[in-house]
Amino acid sequence: MSVLIFAELDEGKLKKSSQEAIFYGAKVAEMLGTSATAIIAGAADNTELASAGKFGATKVLHATDAKLNEPNGMAYATVVAAAAQQEGSKVIVLAKSSLADAMTARLAGKLKAGLAANVIELPNVSNGFVVKSSIYTGKAFAFNDLKADIKILAIKKNTITPEEKDASAAVEAFTPTLNEADFAISVKSTEKSSGDILLPEADFVVSAGRGLKGPENWSVVEDLAKALHAATACSKPVSDLDWRPHSEHVGQTGLKISPNLYIACGISGAIQHLAGVNSSKVIVVINKDADAPFFKSADYGIVGDVFDVLPRLTKAVQAL
Amino acid sequence: MKILVCVTSVPDTTTKITFTDNNTKLNKAGVTFITGPYDDYALARAVELKEKTGATITVLNVGEADSEPVIRKCLAIGADDAIRVNAEPTDAYFVAEQIAAIAKENSYDLILMGRESIDYNGGQVHGIVGEMLGIPSISPVMLLDLDGDTAKITREIEGGKESLEAKLPLVLGCQEPIAEWKIPNMRGIMTARTKPLKVVEPTGTDKLSTVASYELPAPRGAVKMIPADAAETLIQLLHTEAKVI
Ligand SMILES: Cc1cc2nc3c(=O)[nH]c(=O)nc-3n(C[C@H](O)[C@H](O)[C@H](O)COP(=O)(O)OP(=O)(O)OC[C@H]3O[C@@H](n4cnc5c(N)ncnc54)[C@H](O)[C@@H]3O)c2cc1C
Ligand SMILES: Cc1cc2nc3c(=O)[nH]c(=O)nc-3n(C[C@H](O)[C@H](O)[C@H](O)COP(=O)(O)OP(=O)(O)OC[C@H]3O[C@@H](n4cnc5c(N)ncnc54)[C@H](O)[C@@H]3O)c2cc1C
Repeated sequence: MSVLIFAELDEGKLKKSSQEAIFYGAKVAEMLGTSATAIIAGAADNTELASAGKFGATKVLHATDAKLNEPNGMAYATVVAAAAQQEGSKVIVLAKSSLADAMTARLAGKLKAGLAANVIELPNVSNGFVVKSSIYTGKAFAFNDLKADIKILAIKKNTITPEEKDASAAVEAFTPTLNEADFAISVKSTEKSSGDILLPEADFVVSAGRGLKGPENWSVVEDLAKALHAATACSKPVSDLDWRPHSEHVGQTGLKISPNLYIACGISGAIQHLAGVNSSKVIVVINKDADAPFFKSADYGIVGDVFDVLPRLTKAVQAL
Repeated sequence: MKILVCVTSVPDTTTKITFTDNNTKLNKAGVTFITGPYDDYALARAVELKEKTGATITVLNVGEADSEPVIRKCLAIGADDAIRVNAEPTDAYFVAEQIAAIAKENSYDLILMGRESIDYNGGQVHGIVGEMLGIPSISPVMLLDLDGDTAKITREIEGGKESLEAKLPLVLGCQEPIAEWKIPNMRGIMTARTKPLKVVEPTGTDKLSTVASYELPAPRGAVKMIPADAAETLIQLLHTEAKVI
């Protein structure tokens, strides 16, 4: 009956968003009077796996098959379904990510599960099972009543702040039968900027738009990001023009992010841009036009030239 | 080559969302409905493939009669025929069941969808359909080329992208820059009127979730402006007042 959490690894380490999911899952387990089990696939050492205990998981099922070392949504869904069956889990929790999206959909299909995407609060289990989620790209919220026997909750970043405790989870090897058909997609090559902070995981984001004038000017943005340990993001025209990689594009048609701090530089604040960033905790806008619409959705604003303001902010951060 | 493109009819991206009936219904007054922007990318790539290889394109929507303008627009852009499953699309699993039922009847080589709807942003329907049909699903797809029955695909991953290959049939969730959005021309709009649009009744009735009520986000407090010549103060405020850094 335990609550099952699908946790992800990035280069052998538990992703921060997954730590959040484990903590959330453990809270749900508490509400339901049961325990929390994490299912983790891919290579990682035992200490790292056992650290799921710090966030409230009492057990970790580690899917050890080497075929799972490459992230694979379809194969992971087979593994998670097997884990849910073994544990008799009725509630499955995970943090939204591109891998989790691919996994969750297949899993929902397998288990005929009721699914809430973009969950932003703990469920209300006093009468049924109701979860609050973000809809219309952050423009509204829905209270979803999940009626299916098995429920899947995909949580958004910053839904809950994990507290760490001094505990470690019992790690068990898990070797379910894999399904050949799940390996029908062959990965030919992967291009990934390693070492950088992943945008969906980042607590701080420095984002820039067409106001930067050209890709050669991005060092002012990157310097501030580096000083803050922030990820970089951009507006749609910037990725359309190939000034920045598409994986940095945020908004209605790009990534939806909810960091603690979003700093928008030379971005006008079109409604489609706001849709992807308006659930950030604190929004700072830097724009030379005092009438830029973005200021209406900001917490702090500076009317000024990014080429003057950003280097000064970078220095101020370094001096902190 | 048979391509199925699944489209949603959703509020225009500039819509200010509000609700009626004690926050239980979307207020549709004055709202313009458009094809989901991601669905538009899927359709645009389908039309390009049709121009190159002579495919046929069927557009599918699970929705009520008020989504027909969006379906007609897809026909005007280059789809050959359309199917509307006559039901309120209130649950991703239910929608996927309808799409899978149509796909089983007609065996398409490619089922193209948007990466996610812009109403519920679930990003789930393609995967559930793939599971129901027992075929691979891939999302978000940025590039799609065909070489016989092999699809060559670029998928976005966190912080980058990867190149994939898989055999048809496939279900794909599409996003830019897979193709440029297409705008219907006059001839397209004229011919769309006479292209077949079949309305069928839904199969199955499983609704695994319902929305009990909606809520709007609390407005942000007033913006605090900092003079440009004292820009450094911002960092202090973020540290001591907002306490985020
Ligand atoms: C269906 C649809 C979906 C869309 N999806 C997205 C999306 O996902 N994400 C997205 O971002 N957009 C999206 N858009 C586009 C959106 O409408 C805007 O066109 C876009 O966000 C504008 O980008 P921008 O702010 O970088 O550029 P601009 O609107 O050109 O703004 C540039 C800003 O920089 C300021 N500036 C110029 N020079 C300086 C300087 N030296 N210092 C300081 N400020 C300066 C200007 O005052 C201006 O406000 C979408 C549009 C549609 C129709
Ligand atoms: C009044 C009302 C109530 C609703 N209540 C709920 C609810 O309780 N729970 C819930 O999950 N959703 C609800 N919806 C949203 C609607 O049902 C969604 O379109 C559906 O759930 C799929 O959303 P998704 O975000 O998971 O789709 P995604 O998985 O994000 O969509 C991906 C792609 O699948 C295809 N697709 C999605 N929907 C359709 C469709 N209807 N027809 C054809 N292709 C489609 C499109 O290509 C789309 O780009 C409600 C909608 C309305 C109008």
